[in-house]
Amino acid sequence: MCRARRAFDLSGAEPLLTEGQSSIYTACMQSKPILSRLPALELTPFGPAGPEGEYRFFALRLPRPGWESWRPGQFLMLRPAAFGLELPWARPFSICHTTARCLICFFQVCGRGTRRMAQLKHGEEVNVWGPLGNGFAVEPDSQTLLLAGGMGIVPFVGYVNAHPKPWNTSMLFGHREPLQCYPVDNIHEYIPLDSLRETRHGELDNFIFTLNERMRDCAEQNGLVLACGPLPFLQTVRKFAKELKARTQISLENTMACGVGACLGCVTRTSDAWPTPEKRGGLVQACRQGPVFWADQVKL
Amino acid sequence: MDISVTLRGQTHDLALKNPVLTASGTFGCGLEFAPYGDLKSLGGIVVKGISLLPREGNPCPRVVETAAGMLNAVGLQNDGVEDFCAHKLPSLPWRDTPIIANIYAASADEFADLAARLNVEDGVAALEINVSCPNVAKGGVLFGQDPTLAAAVTSAVRKAAPRKHVMVKLSPNVTDIALMAKSVEEAGADSVSCINTLLGMAVDLRLRRPKLANVLGGLSGPAIKPVALRCVWQIVQAVHIPVVGVGGIVNAHDALEFILAGAHAVQIGSGNFMRPDCAFAVAAQLSAACEEIGITSMEELRGTLQNGSALQCKHTATA
Ligand SMILES: Cc1cc2nc3c(=O)[nH]c(=O)nc-3n(C[C@H](O)[C@H](O)[C@H](O)COP(=O)(O)OP(=O)(O)OC[C@H]3O[C@@H](n4cnc5c(N)ncnc54)[C@H](O)[C@@H]3O)c2cc1C
Ligand SMILES: Cc1cc2nc3c(=O)[nH]c(=O)nc-3n(C[C@H](O)[C@H](O)[C@H](O)COP(=O)(O)O)c2cc1C
Ligand code: FES
Repeated sequence: MCRARRAFDLSGAEPLLTEGQSSIYTACMQSKPILSRLPALELTPFGPAGPEGEYRFFALRLPRPGWESWRPGQFLMLRPAAFGLELPWARPFSICHTTARCLICFFQVCGRGTRRMAQLKHGEEVNVWGPLGNGFAVEPDSQTLLLAGGMGIVPFVGYVNAHPKPWNTSMLFGHREPLQCYPVDNIHEYIPLDSLRETRHGELDNFIFTLNERMRDCAEQNGLVLACGPLPFLQTVRKFAKELKARTQISLENTMACGVGACLGCVTRTSDAWPTPEKRGGLVQACRQGPVFWADQVKL
Repeated sequence: MDISVTLRGQTHDLALKNPVLTASGTFGCGLEFAPYGDLKSLGGIVVKGISLLPREGNPCPRVVETAAGMLNAVGLQNDGVEDFCAHKLPSLPWRDTPIIANIYAASADEFADLAARLNVEDGVAALEINVSCPNVAKGGVLFGQDPTLAAAVTSAVRKAAPRKHVMVKLSPNVTDIALMAKSVEEAGADSVSCINTLLGMAVDLRLRRPKLANVLGGLSGPAIKPVALRCVWQIVQAVHIPVVGVGGIVNAHDALEFILAGAHAVQIGSGNFMRPDCAFAVAAQLSAACEEIGITSMEELRGTLQNGSALQCKHTATA
């Protein structure tokens, strides 16, 4: 559709939260999800094209649904009409960003559905329901460390944009593909971002070492750690959180069929630290009670 | 246009304002879908399978998408009948829309206990006996595959729940589904619903692993519609009680196809995952779809499928 880019235009971005308004989040939690039928507006490829000229990372711009509000960390279910009967499920995506007029999702091509999404044409119909799930904690005055692995960076675009005191936050980003594949500039604009690329053996150890150090620093200041990425990454974060007693939230990417709490396909097991006694050690839906959980309250 | 239907049972009727129900396990307890439509606009809500005691279900991954369908091995995770009666039922619009409790148990006695418990709940209009869930090692699959066992469970529930319409949900994983239907009819069922999921599996070639932790799961979605239609059609020939069609229905035309094959009502299952307003949309669009094909009531269409040879005659006549 157009040339690859590293950032999308955020002009017209309205702050989701202004200082001293943390109670807004309780209100946002109750913001009812809605189903919207939207025309795809623009698909912007990111990063270098492959040998066949194909791109694997895209920002998808849609008209903003009639949402009252949303919280960074919440997600939506997206299903192009072109999935037809062949692909019955919608796909879950983090809400990357909204402006007064637009909603932006960011995705990586990894299977049948995202491959089809990479072919979306201008005006093609897409069904979207959301905002879904709970979202990340915001503590404006706490040191906040954002840990992102690969596509786990997506919800943090909205997070740093909405944070009332972004100077209190910083990010460590681990990735496999070239940095230009990810929406890093939209984060860099607001906060310091350290990225580590894993291409060779041994580089992962380096990343894990840095991860541990940064979490330790954060824990010493009683800061807040937020993590999003693939399961092995979250398992490491969770282990360190326990060792370092770091207050940590993780966002799970469980397989989801419905996104609304009905199919029970996305469940995760809680730990003894789960707030309601009757659900301790039991199963909860990641799409409803999550996707963001306090690391000590779930088992991975 | 009046699209109401009554499922005339042997003991109890079940009156529906329209023939569109939701299928168990795909619509939660109903409230999950309240943001996407008016629950009162549905013909009825069949809630997620309920057991006497809470159940954990199977390990994850327990759902996987397949071509035009999905496999599930959720294994009847639920919080038990007491939780349902105390917390879920009171929030449902049961005065306006029949709530149908889908029930699962491991023995006829346990089925009877569960039925007796639900019999005293005014908010429950009917019980749907799940004799056909393929996911549970004990029970489920056995009841649904043996006409004698299915009949025993049906009569146990019939006796324990004298105030309720009793629907029996049949499994397609049998040699002769009409025989199963006849057997539960004789045992006192007021209606039958069919089909539950088809036993299937999916594998990951690269990892050489099954895609479901349980290995086997139940297939649902548009892929199974032809099987469901066939089952409805065969059962309608064999019994007098009303039949509720389930399997792959995602729009009003699909629903009318089942009515044409002889069903009194339909249930929307995996379609609810394609879009969360699917069941609401089918209910809302049914009148228009009827007008489109020139009928003014469900009776006009129900079971009017012409047989193959008649069709052929007509075909040659017009040729
Ligand atoms: C809450 C949530 C937020 C997400 N946010 C984003 C996002 O912002 N950007 C993005 O690119 N992706 C995101 N994902 C992952 C995204 O949903 C999957 O990549 C997508 O569903 C794959 O669809 P597919 O048809 O292309 O792949 P499929 O053909 O369905 O599967 C291809 C591969 O993807 C894996 N996969 C399938 N479903 C998921 C899933 N739900 N999560 C992780 N892996 C999966 C499969 O195991 C398989 O290996 C998110 C997932 C969740 C649960
Ligand atoms: C995730 C899931 C859970 C289900 N749970 C139940 C259940 O608890 N009890 C039951 O009788 N059927 C259950 N079913 C079967 C459906 O009610 C329905 O019979 C089947 O999915 C076929 O209809 P469909 O093709 O419209 O989905 C479940 C199906 C799915 C997909
Ligand atoms: S995705 Fe269906 S219950 Fe969470």
